[in-house]
Amino acid sequence: MTSFANLDLHDLGVAQLAATLAAGEVSSVEVTQHFLARIGQMGSLGAFLATDPDVSLAQARAADSRLALGERSPLLGVPLAHKDVFVTRDFPTTAGSKMLENYRSPFDATVVSRLGIGPGGAGMVTLGKLNCDEFAMGSGNENSAYRPVQNPWDTSRVPGGSSGGSAAAVAARLVPAATGTDTGGSIRQPASLTGITGIKPTYGRCSRYGMVAFASSLDQAGPMARSALDCALLLSAMAGPDPDRDSTSLDLPAVDYATDLIAAEASGISAKPLKGLKIGLPTQFFGAGCAPDVLAAVRAALGEFETLGATLVDVSLPLTELSIPVYYVIAPAEASSNLSRFDGVRYGHRAAHYTDLNDMYRKSRSEGFGVEAKRRIMIGTYVLSHGYYDAYYLKAQKIRRLIAQDFQTAFTQCDIIAGPVSPTVAWQIGEKSNDPVANYLADIYTLSSSLAGLPGMSIPAGFGAHGMPVGLQLIGNYFREAQLLGVAHRFQMATDWHQKTPEVSG
Amino acid sequence: MALTSQDIARVANLARLELRPEETERTLSQLNGFFVLVAQMEAVDTEGVEPLAHPAALLGEVALRLRDDIASEANQREASQASAPAVERGLFLVPKVIE
Repeated sequence: MTSFANLDLHDLGVAQLAATLAAGEVSSVEVTQHFLARIGQMGSLGAFLATDPDVSLAQARAADSRLALGERSPLLGVPLAHKDVFVTRDFPTTAGSKMLENYRSPFDATVVSRLGIGPGGAGMVTLGKLNCDEFAMGSGNENSAYRPVQNPWDTSRVPGGSSGGSAAAVAARLVPAATGTDTGGSIRQPASLTGITGIKPTYGRCSRYGMVAFASSLDQAGPMARSALDCALLLSAMAGPDPDRDSTSLDLPAVDYATDLIAAEASGISAKPLKGLKIGLPTQFFGAGCAPDVLAAVRAALGEFETLGATLVDVSLPLTELSIPVYYVIAPAEASSNLSRFDGVRYGHRAAHYTDLNDMYRKSRSEGFGVEAKRRIMIGTYVLSHGYYDAYYLKAQKIRRLIAQDFQTAFTQCDIIAGPVSPTVAWQIGEKSNDPVANYLADIYTLSSSLAGLPGMSIPAGFGAHGMPVGLQLIGNYFREAQLLGVAHRFQMATDWHQKTPEVSG
Repeated sequence: MALTSQDIARVANLARLELRPEETERTLSQLNGFFVLVAQMEAVDTEGVEPLAHPAALLGEVALRLRDDIASEANQREASQASAPAVERGLFLVPKVIE
């Protein structure tokens, strides 16, 4: 018997569910039915955009057959759900947009097939598709064309964004894990605001094939779950080169991120497991712009890292504030180009009435895109237009290089960088919805590492104002996901912030 | 330098968007608010700095690759066109563009 027999199935994380399934104590069909029922009970959170019990249960039966034949692999039969920007053959894909209402992809995203039950996949069961900001553009999930998502810690508050459905679903234990995407913080910030763990790997670690494109030089997939170990299990399956389908996927072999973490757990708690680790604290991340309650939780977590043997050193990322305009020039520029494919011809919404081809484009796009998508298309088109390209787009790309160089300077003084993820805890739904610039400013601590393409994580660090969760951000140098996950895991072995769960009811 | 409503109309046309008058007004004021933020970039000395288009350019050991230009996917025309707004005999229908 595994030791989880007295817990509800939804209280188990990925590693625990896998152990329970492998021990034959429960079937994947039972696990899947349990989570589907819970998703139904908690529908008011708005986390899911699509479920299909027939599809999920067929996948679960396939997993059970493989388990019955003696197959044992770390994720076989464990359920998850995908952010709705990953295209899926078996579920609709909307990217949170009216533009793609009822869209069905003829293929699965690489990340989806790597995790899934099909040939070569890790054998996970898909429970459905998760709500998100339209085309992943937003920090509060209020830009979903379908409905906002509620934060399970306080349903009057946002769960963060753009992977807000993923974060809320994991936090409310509707799923043990979910995929997310991060362009400027869209995995880390909602993970922080809902008290879960999420990692955005180095740009290129996970294939972008089948991710509805927002800003192609920034978009990156990653896992969201309750612990660093669970994220490590998922990332091991998600990452790896995809040479024929994504020319920007890194040509580096897939890595097993979980074995070292499991070994650390088995060998027990040593007094100073992080001895020798230097954690850099960018002074710009600890200024007046960060709310005192968030700073207090972050500093307390950093104190725990010192107890575990790490040393804290001050570093400087002088262009941190500039990362906001630089990102909000570059990302919309790429978005305006990527979203030009929505023309009402091959897929997506087409207006009912129009006079000619151009009028059809204009009316279809104006009806199909929401307010924030249109705003970013306008910004992007403007900064790329004749006469403004050099002053805005090229200038932003030059500062992008300086931002990346500043990180390399900082990494000469430390092994990883730490700080807050978001300057405040989750805000009230509707509080910022008419002020786009206020939303953009709240991304300040996540944008710079995205621009540089560095891996970053959010781990639960405690609670701030109104009893809302606060995340600690860890940023590593290129390709150092294993180090980030290992450091986070040592912290989670010594603390229980990641085990706190919200009181939720249907 | 603030944008004008003529700029908004010009950009909307380039982006194939149609903004209602109240949308134009709101977009104008929001974009002007945003470009106040963007103006901070002017203060950064970028003399001699190469633009960085893509983080892959920083990852020395990683080369962007090309694959052979051959069809690698199975033909799925029906599945691909299932979500198209208007299809006839395997062709996408669009309004007449040549008289």
